[in-house]
Amino acid sequence: MNKRKAPRAHPYMEVEPAPKSTVKLGPDIKVKIGQQLRAMYSDVVNQGVPDRFSEILHRLDQAEEAGTDRKEPVGDASTVRKKEDEGTNGPPQ
Amino acid sequence: MAPPNKPVRDVMLAAVPSLRAFAISLCGNVDRADDLVQEALLRAWANLDSFEPGTNMSAWLFTILRNLFRSEYRKRRREVEDADGSYAEALTSLPDQASHLEMDEFRKALEQLPTDQRESLILVGASGFSYEEAAQICGCAVGTIKSRVNRARSRLAAILSIESADDFGPDHETRAAVGNATAGWRRS
Repeated sequence: MNKRKAPRAHPYMEVEPAPKSTVKLGPDIKVKIGQQLRAMYSDVVNQGVPDRFSEILHRLDQAEEAGTDRKEPVGDASTVRKKEDEGTNGPPQ
Repeated sequence: MAPPNKPVRDVMLAAVPSLRAFAISLCGNVDRADDLVQEALLRAWANLDSFEPGTNMSAWLFTILRNLFRSEYRKRRREVEDADGSYAEALTSLPDQASHLEMDEFRKALEQLPTDQRESLILVGASGFSYEEAAQICGCAVGTIKSRVNRARSRLAAILSIESADDFGPDHETRAAVGNATAGWRRS
C-alpha cells in the first residue's frame, strides 16, 4: 500500500548512503531497530498475565477435571470481556 | 487417559505475556489483541490432541494465534483505525515522554509494513524465535523468513528516516539544531 522511495541512510547514523539499487543497512540502524522492537515488545510482556487469562485457563482446567467436555465454551459474562462487535467465542451469557 | 492438564495450563499461562505482545504488534489494538489471545487459548485447549508432546508449545500457540489473526484480518481488514489510543494504553512503563514519542513513531512505522514482513520481524527480532521456528509458525520456507526480515528492516529504516528525519536522533536540542539542514535532505 504505502509505496515509498528506496531506503536512505539516516543522517544521524554514521552510515554511507546506500547505493540506489541495493538496500544496505548499517549495523547501527539494525541495532536501533532491534532495540526499539524489543523495547516495544517487552513493555507488554512485562505486564504479566492479566487476570482475564488466568481465570479462563483456571476454568478450562476445572472443567476438564470435572469431566466436562473440553470443547464446552467457558466464556461467561463474569470473566470474559464483552464482545461488542462479534462473539468470537462461546455464548455471551 | 490422564492428560497432564496442570502443566499444560501452566505452560499456556507462561506464554500469555509473549502472545499478547505478539498480538498487539500484529493488530495494533490492545482490546482486539486480547480477544485474539483468548480465542487462541480456547482453540488450543480444544485441540490439545493435535499438539505433539515434546515440541515447542509456545511456537504452537503462536501458530494458532497467527492463523486466527490472518483469517480475521482477511475478514475485517482495517476496520479498527483506533489503534493510537488503545495502543498507548498498553505502553505504560516507558520512563519518559521522549522515549514514549520515539516508541510511538516506531510503532507507526511498524504498522506500515506488510503483514508478512511485520510478523516475521517480530517473531525473529522480538519474540526470540529462530528463523526455523518462525518459518514453521508462518508456514513458509526459512529463506522466505530471512528475506522478509531483511526487507522489513530496510523498510523500517526507510520509513523512519524519510518520514521523520529526527527519529533516533540524540535528543531534541540536536534535533532542532539540524532541523533546517535536514529539511532539504528529506525532499531530495
